[in-house]
Amino acid sequence: MSAVTAEPRDIEQIPGYNEQIVRWFTLATVVWAIFGFAAGLFIALQLAFPSLNFGEYASFGRLRPLHVSGVVFAFAGNALIATSLYVVQRTCQTGLWGGRQLAILLFFGYQAFLVIAFTGYPMGITQSKEYAEPEWYADILLLVVWVVYLCIFTGTLIRRREPHIYVANWFYLAFIITVTVLHIINNLSMPVSWAGTKSYSQFGGVQDALIQWWYGHNMIGFFLTAGFIGIMYYFVPKQAGRPIYSYRLSIVHFWALIFLYIWAGPHHLHYSALPDWAQTLGVAFSIMLWIPSWGGMINGIMTLSGAWGKLRTDPILRFLVVAVAFYGMATFEGPLMSIKSVNALSHYTDWTVGHVHSGALGWVAFMIFGAVYYLVPRLWRTQLWSIRLVEWHFWIATIAIVLYITSMWVAGIAQGLMWRAYDQFGFLQYSFADSVAMLHPYYLVRALGGALYLLGGLLMAFNVLMTILRSQNQTRAGALLPATQH
Amino acid sequence: MASQNKPLGHAIIERSTTLLFVLTFLVIAIGGLVEVVPLFRLEETITPVKGVRPYTPLEQLGRNIYTREGCYTCHSQQVRPFRDEVERYGHYSIAAESMYDHPFLWGSKRTGPDLARVGGKYSNAWHVAHMVNPRDVVPVSIMPAYPFLLNKELAFDDVSDHLRALRDVGVPYSGPMILDAPADVRAQASGENADPLLARYPGAKVGDFDGQPERITEMDALVAYLQVLGTMVDFSDVRLDEVRE
Repeated sequence: MSAVTAEPRDIEQIPGYNEQIVRWFTLATVVWAIFGFAAGLFIALQLAFPSLNFGEYASFGRLRPLHVSGVVFAFAGNALIATSLYVVQRTCQTGLWGGRQLAILLFFGYQAFLVIAFTGYPMGITQSKEYAEPEWYADILLLVVWVVYLCIFTGTLIRRREPHIYVANWFYLAFIITVTVLHIINNLSMPVSWAGTKSYSQFGGVQDALIQWWYGHNMIGFFLTAGFIGIMYYFVPKQAGRPIYSYRLSIVHFWALIFLYIWAGPHHLHYSALPDWAQTLGVAFSIMLWIPSWGGMINGIMTLSGAWGKLRTDPILRFLVVAVAFYGMATFEGPLMSIKSVNALSHYTDWTVGHVHSGALGWVAFMIFGAVYYLVPRLWRTQLWSIRLVEWHFWIATIAIVLYITSMWVAGIAQGLMWRAYDQFGFLQYSFADSVAMLHPYYLVRALGGALYLLGGLLMAFNVLMTILRSQNQTRAGALLPATQH
Repeated sequence: MASQNKPLGHAIIERSTTLLFVLTFLVIAIGGLVEVVPLFRLEETITPVKGVRPYTPLEQLGRNIYTREGCYTCHSQQVRPFRDEVERYGHYSIAAESMYDHPFLWGSKRTGPDLARVGGKYSNAWHVAHMVNPRDVVPVSIMPAYPFLLNKELAFDDVSDHLRALRDVGVPYSGPMILDAPADVRAQASGENADPLLARYPGAKVGDFDGQPERITEMDALVAYLQVLGTMVDFSDVRLDEVRE
């Protein structure tokens, strides 16, 4: 596979290449990162110290979607749009379809969706569906914006000047198409009035549950996985300076991944009132999913063959590669937790929260950090202000993840075991409140992990800011001399 | 690997945006169609059970408060068929019990206990005290306090519109149920003139829920909702081998 290395022309020579919009989305990624991490830390502290629930508008129940949407739609969403618009232009050797105006519309439309949805949460405006909390009016806005995104991306693919569509773009395209389908179907609802915010889901009970988790699992599968494999297939080979390990593997795991993922949703509803055949299908496909997931992980990590030494000296490459390693871990843990007898213990506990965060903090966010550190110097035509600060960010964030996921593993397994424990007389051994009291120290450790992760994010924001300031100083001085490394 | 080894078949797909687009769409559509569509053949998914009725207008408004406050982020409403869960919470959940739930509120996390069968377990006064300050009744609780619910008048001028929207998505509310919904709210929260309400919604709990008989507050609605959870089906009366094969 050589499409990445075979990218000879300098971008300056490509007319109509839109870097401005990539700069905006990259900055939005950094800003929303701080927002999403801070919201996460705050609600983690609320679980450790309930007195932090300040009245009506700042209780855990209202702020939790602020964290979840803040990291999924705002942080990861902006990163996906930033990287996809950067990658699709470079690998297609052409500017964005639709021109500058449409790209600007995409940017402001997407940020408007985020602000409209997020201001509703503290007021209690939510559909209650996880990852699909925004109400009907915000959903319609997102749909319009998303179709604009789909048109820009597909239009740019169509006018490419390369014969082949590069593998990263397959994953980006699958992600954008699938999210469109998921978003439309799961958000079908009947507004109480066209002037009000409240709506009722088109589906009820068991059907609503299955459609929600078909949506929810595939938001993870496509938004937080397929799109991020797209990021991996561009940025890992570029930063490593090596071609992708196996072209064949990329074909096989692409089609297998997008086919199998769609089926796995019912594993969120084990032992529920969902019919058993659907639960069984969910397990079977979840376990099969392990294989294409690891296909992608192997393809990403083995891309380093011949360049392993760079991991010692290049913290940006380390972010990207450790992200792929976390992907491998999370996609091993996921099928494990989908097995019904394991799920009987893990479901409803903090183990699930730990699992989600090993994927979110380790895979999704580390991939974004690597991509941001790769993009910012190139987009602003300078060098990164400080590589040492990247090094600090890497280690602080890694320690944060270890604290987070180990505390949640222990807490979750302990919860699950306490709920099912019987004493020698055959009575339930613990009251539910006993299991709540047990959690306090683990919630403290988790909050410490969250605080460190936020600190790492602040270091990144500071580094990005200083890099941009340096770029502007250089431009003002009229010289684009290579700057010295800090 | 070396690009000269590219299989011819896939080279066709990756040279055509249209082909890649259409094939991707088909591949992601299959799983969803196979799993979701059969569920809408209702008679196989949900066996109707005696006693399950649509929520009263007051219960439905209470359910909306439950949603608004994000109670589902910490409380599940789905008891699994395990010995410990059945002993702790009551009979495991069956599909018919949530057939009128738009949206479903089964939840995915138990930071607090399951609430699928909380109805009737505690008194109204216990619920009110627990909402005002959970640590007054459960010292180790980490639940937020909701004292403001006692002071907020319940907005139910538009409750008929809510029931109409629910009818549009399939809940069998009749014309009189929709038209008399504001009267039903008042009747249920006061216990006065409750006969038409009880005729429409058999078994509904009526009376003052929040300890403030002169007012209808959000606390009335929320407690009315909590008190109906899991109480519609009389499990001494239902043969489960008929419900769940």
